[in-house]
Amino acid sequence: MSEKVQKIVEIADDELILGWRDSEWTGIAPSLEEDVAFSSIAQNEIGHARALYELAARELGTDADTLAFDRDPGEYLSAPLVEERRMDWAHTIARHFLYETADEIRLAALKDSDDAEVAGLAAKMDREEQYHRLHARMWRDRLQDEPRFVDALEELWPAAVAVLPEELRPQMSERLQLDLPSNSLLRGFERGSHSEELRPLLDEMTMVRRSVPGATW
Amino acid sequence: MVTESQVWDALAEIPDPEIPVVSLVDLGVVRDVAVEDGTVRIDFTPTFLGCPALEVMRDVMAERVRALGAEPDVRVVLDDSWSTDKITPGGREKLRTSGFAPPAPRSAGTTTSLVQLNSSAFRCPYCGSTDTKLENLFGPTPCRSVRYCNACRQPFEQFKTI
Repeated sequence: MSEKVQKIVEIADDELILGWRDSEWTGIAPSLEEDVAFSSIAQNEIGHARALYELAARELGTDADTLAFDRDPGEYLSAPLVEERRMDWAHTIARHFLYETADEIRLAALKDSDDAEVAGLAAKMDREEQYHRLHARMWRDRLQDEPRFVDALEELWPAAVAVLPEELRPQMSERLQLDLPSNSLLRGFERGSHSEELRPLLDEMTMVRRSVPGATW
Repeated sequence: MVTESQVWDALAEIPDPEIPVVSLVDLGVVRDVAVEDGTVRIDFTPTFLGCPALEVMRDVMAERVRALGAEPDVRVVLDDSWSTDKITPGGREKLRTSGFAPPAPRSAGTTTSLVQLNSSAFRCPYCGSTDTKLENLFGPTPCRSVRYCNACRQPFEQFKTI
């Protein structure tokens, strides 16, 4: 896998897994508005994953569904931050806010890519993501003095930093005015490590596909 | 032998699967049509990447081209060339008369802020009042927000600007 394809699949995996996690709020979010918001964000993240997988699949000579669903858990390149099962609302919003901040930094770098296709897709995604960011910031503003939210941000901070490649991490620290975590705090959160929650998630996500291989609908 | 204008006419009759009052041509998602040796190439840009209607659009376009007796080659262009500014004036009017407020124009170089969305610059498609407020950034599909008109007390859907 070339460096370019690896980067695309990393982001695609993040968006697919987080999209799945966000969809866990469908039907049970604290208000109807949030039910709609998290369901819509989930749908959009999975749409981004699809577009990225299609791009990667062309280079790898496979198809998007095969990349999305037919790999072993160890082959996924997602960051542990996105893998955690649905948490309480404070942690959900903390993860959402931290992830969207990291994603904005990552997409800004990708928009400058020499590869026109990658840069174009990143620009399109970035435009749609601005609505996710507005939503995340609105909640951050609302919860920023709540101790449970402050604790959740602090707890998830190392995993959020680990979403980004090393060269982009200082931007994240500067943006949120938080110190970069030490290497020992990052252990277990770096890409390549996986949360114990990933395997059950993939088992559930691919259940239909595995039960009827090759089915179309 | 099918001509490009016949293809455009056929595409102009395909309703958007989610908002059937507008066609794919109204939405501006058909970027180019080229006919060569009985093959019709259509360049198509998705609206929102998370739109569940994308595959339906792709399939229906191919179907219409086959109905014209040509072989379709529908190419999905995944770049940044589509924005809500590409919706045609006719398409915007059709949206408005069906109760969907058309998207505000994109202001070059700036991104939408929550302050802007909370402002009263958005017009109710039912009564025309600008006394409206944002109810939810997200709506029934990725491309829409939900607003409320204080003047005629009508909730309505607002196309997001992207």
